[in-house]
Amino acid sequence: MTETLTRPPVNTPPPPRKPTKRRRRAVAEEPGKRWLIHVPLVVYLLFTLIPFYWMIVFAVRPTGSTQLVPWPITLEHFDTVWNDIGFGIFFYNSVMIGLGVLVFVTILSTMGGYALARFKFRGQRVFLLALLCTQFIPGAMMLIPLFVIFKGAGLLNSLTGLVIAEVAFQLPLALILMSGFVRNISYELEEAAMVDGCSRMRAFFAVTLPQLKPALVAVGSFAFIGAWNQFLFALMFASRQDKFTLPVGLSYALGEFNTDFGALAAGGVVAAVPVVLVFAVVQRFLVQGLSAGAVKG
Amino acid sequence: MRTRTWAPYALIAPTLVLMAVFLVYPIGSVVYYSLQRYNVTQPWKNGFAGLDNFKQMLFDDPLFWQSLVFSAKWVFVEVGLQLLLGLILALVVNETFIGRGIARALVFSPWAVSGVLTTGIWILLLNPSTGIFQELSELGIGSPGTSVLGNPDTVFDALVVTELWRGVPFFAILLLADLQSIPKDLYEAASVDGASRWRRFTSVTLPHLKDAIILSTLLRAVWEFNNVDLIYTLTGGGPANQTTTLPLYVARQAVDSHNFGYGSALTVAGFLILLFFSILYLRLSKFGSRA
Repeated sequence: MTETLTRPPVNTPPPPRKPTKRRRRAVAEEPGKRWLIHVPLVVYLLFTLIPFYWMIVFAVRPTGSTQLVPWPITLEHFDTVWNDIGFGIFFYNSVMIGLGVLVFVTILSTMGGYALARFKFRGQRVFLLALLCTQFIPGAMMLIPLFVIFKGAGLLNSLTGLVIAEVAFQLPLALILMSGFVRNISYELEEAAMVDGCSRMRAFFAVTLPQLKPALVAVGSFAFIGAWNQFLFALMFASRQDKFTLPVGLSYALGEFNTDFGALAAGGVVAAVPVVLVFAVVQRFLVQGLSAGAVKG
Repeated sequence: MRTRTWAPYALIAPTLVLMAVFLVYPIGSVVYYSLQRYNVTQPWKNGFAGLDNFKQMLFDDPLFWQSLVFSAKWVFVEVGLQLLLGLILALVVNETFIGRGIARALVFSPWAVSGVLTTGIWILLLNPSTGIFQELSELGIGSPGTSVLGNPDTVFDALVVTELWRGVPFFAILLLADLQSIPKDLYEAASVDGASRWRRFTSVTLPHLKDAIILSTLLRAVWEFNNVDLIYTLTGGGPANQTTTLPLYVARQAVDSHNFGYGSALTVAGFLILLFFSILYLRLSKFGSRA
């Protein structure tokens, strides 16, 4: 180590340059200024992370403490929200709804996305147009008719009802995304399999589905995150506390426990951890997925 | 390939059924309700109302106009700032540097957080006694006991910053997706021609991003217009209805007052406004020419 450090730079043999490397250097000019990229990055990281940090600090330090670096940490607030306020139940409800929506959105959007990408059929353009238009339908403004429908169907205060409503609202965008993914997978292998005597369905499961794995991860986690965070339907359609989801429970905590910041923060951590973890794992698939055609329609 | 087969119809059937029952039929019934007196708490008054709800909305309801003006202000400020900051953030995390993967995951993570949770987190951060302003005042910055959420002059700013926290990342993700599709050769060619960094940005990056910027801004504007959870939980539309958007007003008519008829008329007004945006979107995205 020291030898390389103390060796005068004049003696260093010039590294062999491949042509590609020279071209890359041409782009990365002004090498002295490259560290500047870290200035906005650090500023933005602070903006992002300080609020998270504040929540965690409130969640783990004893009531009344004002330490910024909490030590010793306490789990009393988690005990309060999980057992006394009922976040254990809310957590269960949110997981069930999130998984339900994930399963249905993934399966139905794969079916529909495949249909859009691989077939030409009468009414296709109208269907695609309808899918696009749903992006402009405000959930809040559908509350009244949906409430009437749900009441009529006996789906108020049921997790099933919330799953159905959320699937209906998420499916159009998921389907558009999925058809973009399917279109990016070459059709030739699938065709070859069919020429070899596979049914279309077998060809799909054997050839195309394995290549769709990143798409399934992206669409599924998108659906899970959306369902996990759904607030308005859950607030409107679940009035019984044992059917509350985490966002509804949190909004309740915001109103009722204004002063108990520890409990509020602990509830926030419970609500944030699963979804932020899911997101951290899948965010690069999301970027790919969006470039596969969501924005371009 | 054009095939005469039932397969595509079978594949989209479940989606069609769900859309018909939960999206199309409700829109139709909103229009129907908007012509009715329909209040769950006063069922004896229910019946056909003609255009009374709309007359009331347009001529006797200052809160309708106030919520519309606030909606416009909210969308304009919020989306404008998201576009600016989101573009900067996307450009930054598109550069190559050590730890880029982690940095991306971190700066994008608030997007995964719900509006309610965002509210909770920012209430903790902004509360006057143990929030960040208290800590800053101990360092000699600002005055102790600053309450941005309790002050009518600053509550809007707090609302905007809070929504930026989770909104900028999503905008940045949308734009990053498009940034990555710009061929590297274009930049190399531009540098060989001696174009400065700024020149490359204005002549290569921006023109390439133009469509994505227009379309995602429109989409974002609609989503922010429809955003309810954050404002509902942070201010509840107050103080004195100053932060009530149109969807929030609808939700309050529906949830709190059970005034379904009038709420539906407000909804129809909202639909008409959004219809304008959807037509604009479809025009600009040249829908159909690519299908």
